[in-house]
Amino acid sequence: MIWLDVIVQGILLGGLYALFATGLSLVFGIMRLVNLAHGDMIVLAAFIILLIVGSTGVNPFVAALLAAPLMFAAGWALQYLVLNRVLGKDILPPLLVTFGLSVALQNGMLEAFSADSQRISAGSLESASIDLGPVTVGTLPLLTFASAVAVIFILNRIFYTTALGRAFRATSDDPVTASLMGLNPKSVFAIATGLAMVIVTIAALYLGMRSNFDPSIGPARLLYAFQAVIIGGLGSLWGTLIGGAIIGVAQTVGAQINPEWQILAGHVAFLIVLLVRPRGLFPRAVD
Amino acid sequence: MTRTATVTTRTRSSTIAGMVAILLVLVGLILPAFASRSLIQDLFFILTMLTLAQLWNLIAGYGGMVSVGQQAFVGIGAYAMFAGVILWGWDPVPAILLGGVAAFLLAIPMAFFAFRLQGAYFAIGTWVIAEVTRLLVAQWKTLGGGTGTSLPREATSDIMGVATIARLFDLRDAAARDVLAYWLALALAVGTMAAIYALLRSRTGLALAAVRDNDNAARSVGVDARRVKWIVFLAASTMTGLVGALIYMQTARISPDAAFSVTTWTAYVIFIAVIGGIGRLEGPILGVLVFWGLQTAFADYGSWYLLALGILAIATMLFAPRGLWGLIADRTGIALFPVQRRLVTTDINKP
Repeated sequence: MIWLDVIVQGILLGGLYALFATGLSLVFGIMRLVNLAHGDMIVLAAFIILLIVGSTGVNPFVAALLAAPLMFAAGWALQYLVLNRVLGKDILPPLLVTFGLSVALQNGMLEAFSADSQRISAGSLESASIDLGPVTVGTLPLLTFASAVAVIFILNRIFYTTALGRAFRATSDDPVTASLMGLNPKSVFAIATGLAMVIVTIAALYLGMRSNFDPSIGPARLLYAFQAVIIGGLGSLWGTLIGGAIIGVAQTVGAQINPEWQILAGHVAFLIVLLVRPRGLFPRAVD
Repeated sequence: MTRTATVTTRTRSSTIAGMVAILLVLVGLILPAFASRSLIQDLFFILTMLTLAQLWNLIAGYGGMVSVGQQAFVGIGAYAMFAGVILWGWDPVPAILLGGVAAFLLAIPMAFFAFRLQGAYFAIGTWVIAEVTRLLVAQWKTLGGGTGTSLPREATSDIMGVATIARLFDLRDAAARDVLAYWLALALAVGTMAAIYALLRSRTGLALAAVRDNDNAARSVGVDARRVKWIVFLAASTMTGLVGALIYMQTARISPDAAFSVTTWTAYVIFIAVIGGIGRLEGPILGVLVFWGLQTAFADYGSWYLLALGILAIATMLFAPRGLWGLIADRTGIALFPVQRRLVTTDINKP
């Protein structure tokens, strides 16, 4: 039964990776921009939540609710003031700007919060578990997975049933024509990045409650997020959830065989999918 | 009146630059005779970083393949050199060649996987493969596993040529080793830049620029885009492996985290190219001098320094996307290493 348990844990871990990945996927889908600082943004959001919890003593979930508008504003400003200026046919400038941002954020956080490992305390939730017959799962991992499902469901609803979603899709397809129809691509992009940062805040909440974090762990989170996106297939949010689950299962299975192989197993799973299905499991976009 | 037309890339400033370059190389060669040891070490750092930046500039700036995984080649090159010395008893200098071979062998699967990813995702793909390489090398227990290892004393004490250099300049062995490393770095830097310049002026260089600017258009005029990308990627990776092996021959101490550091071997290298100017040979030369100056002046500030470096790179991309050299070239029109083809007509009836 140990393997069933390992696989269930892996799928639930995949929920966290899907949360990492959804923001990345959203931004890429709308403006073909890969934010190399995505992982560092997650860590930044985790520190903000930690600060709010530490200074006001509120529940971490309430703290995340307070942090979300801050992160939205940060994302909006980053896109409007910086990234919009470098978006274009050439992919080099936005990549290098976000790479510079990644280095700056990591070191800025190192100065502000030191290199010490931190954790957002979730009280009794940390050890709570639910008995599901053959396996017992932690309440927190289950909540993480449920949140990933909820985030992806809501995001899909926004995309396909609201005016904002229509604006996203139109701008993504053809910014020039969209602007002829009265949309301002720059503010549509800014809202999209802001929204991605709200998802980043949710991811940060669960990251911080689940494990220790410090300013240097951002890039690894970026890699997991990226792998989940590629495995799922560009443009498919539900695919991203499955991609996250595949990485999660590979990691827990790898760790079960040899603790040193945890991260390696996730990377290898990604490379195998890339080898067999270069466009991911559920490709939708043609780019 | 009859006119003939020839295509040339030569300009007056390039002729002067060529002469100055030859002069500088000659001065560089005889420098150890009178320079201090710390200057030689600084120059070693400058030359190796310059070579790495030129190589990144070749694949990203000219080839449009933005790699964030260069540390894979530095690391594997360095580890292959260590393996040659420690496991097979090679002399460190020829063992550097093993570094090139290992990097070449790693570049094949790296290109195979990463070329399946488009544009920006290529960047993260190369990063993933570099991480995989780091994790695998950390499992290599005979070379120290995750904590790393040092070159054995007996190997570093009789590196070929060191005794001769020590006698020639009347130096101690450690200083003579630095001189040897410096000469090798000089040779690699000059060789790399000469090769890149020759490549850019060749048909393949033109094809590379065409592929970067528009893949489909390049293919429509008969450029084999895949082939060009493969050649350039493999060549640059091999050279990066050689540089990595040379750097760790001088350091004589290795660990997976240092040898596969994304900050040192990719972030710094990208900053050098970005600040100096992407897509031109002059850029990294200027960039490495600026970087070395900043490093010497501010490296004591640790993470504040890195924070400022990140912001500087962002500001450069925003306000001077073609770097410092781009600013200079726009004002003055100078090109020290021009690759632009110009048509020159001469009147052959003239006496």
